[in-house]
Amino acid sequence: MTLLSIDDYRLAFDGFEGTAHVLDGITLDVARGETLGIVGETGCGKSVLARSLLRLNPAPPARVVSGAIRFEGEDILAMPEAALRRLRGRRIAMVFQDPAAFLNPLLNIGTQMADVLQGQDSAGGARRRPAREVRARAAALLASVGLPEPERLLDARPHQLSGGMRQRVLIAMALAGEPSLLVADEPTTALDVTVQAQILALIAVLVAERGLTLMLISHDLGVIAASCARVAVMYAGTVVEDAPTATLLGTPRHPYTKGLLAALPDLDNPAHRPRGIPGSIPSLRQPPPGCRFHPRCPIATARCSVEKPLLREVGDAAPSEAALCDEINPMPRDLGRLASRDGKTAALHVGEEETASPRDLDSAALGGLETALPPQAPPPSHRVACHYA
Amino acid sequence: MRVGLAIHLLRRSFGTMLGLALVAMIVALALAGPFIVPYPDDVQGAVNLTNKLQPPSAAHWFGTDEVGNDILTRVIIGARLSLLVGIAIPLAAALIGVPLGILAGTAGGGLREAIMRVTDLFLSVPGLVLAIALVAALGPGIGNAMIALILVWWPGYVRLAESKALAIREEPFIEAARAAGATQLRILWRHVLPNSLSPLIVKMSMDIGQAILAIASLGFLGLGAKPPTPEWGAMISIARGYLPDWWWYAICPGALIYASVLGFNLLGDGLRDMLDPRSNRG
Amino acid sequence: MIRYLVRRAALAVVMLFGLICLTFVIANVAPSDAAALAAGPDAGRAQIEQARRDYGLDRPLHEQFVRYVTDLGRGDFGRSVATGRPVGQDLAKYFFATLELCLVAMTLGILLGIPLGVLSAVFQDRWVDHGTRIIAVSGIALPPFWFGLLLQLGIASSLGWLPTSGRLSVFTEPAAPITGLLLVDSLLRGNGALFAEALSYLILPAIVLSLPCLASILRVNRSEMVEALRADHITAARAHGVSRLRIVAVHALKNAMLPTLAIIGLRWGWMMSSTVLVETVFDWPGIGLYAVSSAIAGDFKPVMGVTLIVGLNFMLANLVVDLLYGALDPRIREA
Repeated sequence: MTLLSIDDYRLAFDGFEGTAHVLDGITLDVARGETLGIVGETGCGKSVLARSLLRLNPAPPARVVSGAIRFEGEDILAMPEAALRRLRGRRIAMVFQDPAAFLNPLLNIGTQMADVLQGQDSAGGARRRPAREVRARAAALLASVGLPEPERLLDARPHQLSGGMRQRVLIAMALAGEPSLLVADEPTTALDVTVQAQILALIAVLVAERGLTLMLISHDLGVIAASCARVAVMYAGTVVEDAPTATLLGTPRHPYTKGLLAALPDLDNPAHRPRGIPGSIPSLRQPPPGCRFHPRCPIATARCSVEKPLLREVGDAAPSEAALCDEINPMPRDLGRLASRDGKTAALHVGEEETASPRDLDSAALGGLETALPPQAPPPSHRVACHYA
Repeated sequence: MRVGLAIHLLRRSFGTMLGLALVAMIVALALAGPFIVPYPDDVQGAVNLTNKLQPPSAAHWFGTDEVGNDILTRVIIGARLSLLVGIAIPLAAALIGVPLGILAGTAGGGLREAIMRVTDLFLSVPGLVLAIALVAALGPGIGNAMIALILVWWPGYVRLAESKALAIREEPFIEAARAAGATQLRILWRHVLPNSLSPLIVKMSMDIGQAILAIASLGFLGLGAKPPTPEWGAMISIARGYLPDWWWYAICPGALIYASVLGFNLLGDGLRDMLDPRSNRG
Repeated sequence: MIRYLVRRAALAVVMLFGLICLTFVIANVAPSDAAALAAGPDAGRAQIEQARRDYGLDRPLHEQFVRYVTDLGRGDFGRSVATGRPVGQDLAKYFFATLELCLVAMTLGILLGIPLGVLSAVFQDRWVDHGTRIIAVSGIALPPFWFGLLLQLGIASSLGWLPTSGRLSVFTEPAAPITGLLLVDSLLRGNGALFAEALSYLILPAIVLSLPCLASILRVNRSEMVEALRADHITAARAHGVSRLRIVAVHALKNAMLPTLAIIGLRWGWMMSSTVLVETVFDWPGIGLYAVSSAIAGDFKPVMGVTLIVGLNFMLANLVVDLLYGALDPRIREA
């Protein structure tokens, strides 16, 4: 059952030097209980997309050009302010990148959590809870994300906490309204490698225990592979490929996805030299016509610079064009192992039978991950936005 | 470009444009003053008692003063003095303050401590009171008032230059220059000074306005220029004795002080937006 | 926190000593002969020398300095050579008039400046913002003495709504001082009529004095609020469903208050300084008027006394701001 449905969503930012077309026709469905990862380079619009779900992009300069974002059937983009406030935190919650920046440095944790709880109460029209009750609830939330001594933490200021603890606090805040969709925007990027694994494990446990739908945004395929059953790849404001994680890692179809995978180091095969994608991200003020990837694409033809490829179902059977892609842009055949950027943490085995399952990770840290991996079969859909893939 | 954006840009720079226009007006008055005044004889303070304290009329747009001089003439002539003083004070203060500040910021150690503590000391007494104390010691007069205001103003430039020099010293490209064997002096000349230039220009533009206001304030208090020097503050000081019946006497010089301070402030604001967009708008 | 406090206080003491040195140096670079001034315009050579000995002006400089410092320590600011009265006594008499004026003006500046700054940041580029920008820009550029004259002309003379100048009518007997602040004293003594009269004399000078301060607080508060509202943690608070009022009034304002506090401290010093102009315009019997009339007479013991008092006030204000900073921002306290 579809929980979130993004339909041809276009967003532009008006600036002094012109209009940037940051999101260009995003179409994406998320089913209830699904774990979807969104991967892409910095500046591809994935964070803007995440913030769109709560209408957090400041307008102006942000301007919705077209499209709809439906959550449980309601269009978020058309919601009045009051409904929006009932949405934020209570139906969709968000975890952010840098926990140091996303907590107010001058307010103690207890005040910030109480503000969240009371703000949600008043948005929902509930009576104001007494301070003691709010405090107890805040402490319970902190305990539920594995923070020790929650009572004492409530009186602490953010700078007294470690990065991992701060991120746990932010996750606790996100859970305060018992949302059904959790959007995590680069939740581990600002953290140390060991802490990254713990936070990912925590998110996985919470997703499993609470039956949350997860949308995890990251530039790091390793992080996504560890936590999500399905991946959407974004490039320059468009979704170029969307497939079950194993399928995407095993048989990528879009030339950009292939390039992305080829750029990763392979721990098992040191002889494999990571290769970057030639060229650079296009300007979003004057994006290339047609397919936005075509100036960097090894298989681009004249058609690609004219006609924008739409996402289409490619299914299991590999069309002949795919073979063409493979010849032109061969992949290391044994791409079973993925590593996160630093090459140390998550060497992930992606084989035939297993879905993405972490092996080399600290087993304690990842205790909950096995259960976290979605029990339901991910939708078999494999969509690619390329004329030739 | 979309229409809303164009309006936004125009609105944003409207203040700057107004500032530019006001500054241009003051500069034009200062340059062309003696040639455009309606009564050149009144510039040095002719005495024409039959004409004294006339209300505004076609012949005297802003009326006449207590000795029968045309107020408009004297106000236009005053622009030259105010502008000259207004530019001279920040300029002299910058010439003292900037080298000291750069020295303090790059030298470090005891020298820096010494320079900065003396600077702090001067900054610990608010400007006008310090200026009055200095004028009291030196004796009233436009020259001494200028000296006093320069002494009040230089520490601000030390602070600015020192903070810029300190900040730039930490920049990787200075490290690179030093690693490449550039001499201290060359680093100062090629890197530190140009990088301090935009905030310096902004500060000086703001300070010209404030210096015009300060010199007029001292003139008003009777500690600056003395009549019959056509100085705006001193004129208001005399005009005060003729309130409320001869109200027009005080209006015109005050309006010009206001216009010039406003002009330089707005211009400084605009320059800051253009040159130094990251700085705090204090 | 205690260490932070002690460090700030120690720094203030050092600065105070520096300030005393500064006034001493200024007094001694004076080209005019203090002894001649003290002896009077018709004094002969012998009388001038007598005055020189009387005032200790014949002693070596370092001796004079030691005496200056010890005298100050006893609260002795020296004697005015023009009136012969002890400067300390005069300062005590005039200071509270200035303090009352500045306190009211600062209260006005804060009470109007902060809410207007918040409003114009929240409604950025809307009409509120454009309206307050006019106040902000003109408040700093308007010459206070001229603005004061205009108010006297319009509101006091033409309309006759408020008195033109002074602190009280010459026919009114002020209440015996308790705090030295007329508004407070009249209330403490339950004298409503006196309070109303004192207030009517205070309004115009307080408005003139508060305008630059209001403008400055408004500007800083607005730009800091704009900045604070863009912070990541504000985005997070919105995402979590914190109410809009709470976000603006607590989450953003608390962050914007730190730089605003700094400007308030700075403005307190400037206010004590520009009160010189306002007191001159409104014949307000405070230390500013005292300093100006002494400076014109070339009598600089009182001027140095006022300089010390204003400097001391400025220092105390900065100390208070530092402490408030520490109280507001735990990171500073612990650094």
